[in-house]
Amino acid sequence: MDVLSQLQRQLADFLASLYREGFVDDQFTQLQKLQDESSPDFVMEVVSLFFEDCEKLVNNMAKVLEQQVVDFKQVDSHVHQLKGSSSSIGAARIRNVCIAFKTFCEAQNREGCLRCLQQVNHEHAQLKANLQSLFTLERQIVAAGGSVPAMQ
Amino acid sequence: MANTSSFSSSPSTKFSFDEKPHVLAVDDNLIDRKVIERLFINSTCKVTTAENGKRALEYLGLADGQHPNHNDLKVNLIITDYSMPGMTGYELLKRIKESPTMKEIPVVVVSSENIPTRINQCMQGGAQEFLLKPLQLSDATKLRCHIKKAITRGVCRRR
Repeated sequence: MDVLSQLQRQLADFLASLYREGFVDDQFTQLQKLQDESSPDFVMEVVSLFFEDCEKLVNNMAKVLEQQVVDFKQVDSHVHQLKGSSSSIGAARIRNVCIAFKTFCEAQNREGCLRCLQQVNHEHAQLKANLQSLFTLERQIVAAGGSVPAMQ
Repeated sequence: MANTSSFSSSPSTKFSFDEKPHVLAVDDNLIDRKVIERLFINSTCKVTTAENGKRALEYLGLADGQHPNHNDLKVNLIITDYSMPGMTGYELLKRIKESPTMKEIPVVVVSSENIPTRINQCMQGGAQEFLLKPLQLSDATKLRCHIKKAITRGVCRRR
């Protein structure tokens, strides 16, 4: 197998594993479908925005949760934002943590919220690393003269 | 680029069928705005985004103290998130439907939550449709067909 085919095979396998392990879902596929010659970096741009947004929200939530009296409505509103964004880009694991997170907000459970926050951080880091690997592979393919294969 | 006409302009104004439909997308979430924008651009529409109801009304010339500027503005579809700070998508919908100049524009409400009372409220309020987030390419394609039909009908219904 030449280098290009190997890379393409690697990409396909890697992508398949991301879906299989629930890191991304069908909505991520939708994003990829939206990427074309007129918007060749669309996925990367949206994903970058998402990670920035996620970090900001997590920092805000951490601040609110360390107050003497926690404003759970505020935390909930941030979780709602994060749930929406993660859902829109297909970040399935993060979205799922948000679902549990919301329940803890409604129950005004600080410990539960803090645990979820930690989980969000963890999933954020993992997804970031995974998507960075994905984009690197894509760049290598393009550099080797190929085009990114059509998704599922 | 000059717009040729809107539904409320004089009967003698020409209407170009080749012109891209113009969608106004309202959502307080930046990522959602980006995705919706791309969805509609890829469905060959022109897109303007607004981050909340107030900005949307300002754009449409419907904000308090504004004079409607409908002669220049052509919007074929408004798509708005339901949950937004300050003014909900429902409240925005009502304001648009109360406007003599803008009430003909179809308004689609989107929400991440599937709440029947909310859906009913919006449909009763005059929404064209209520869709669940996240939106997909098929949603944009379907809406674009609606726009095309509405444009054609609009021309025939010239006052």
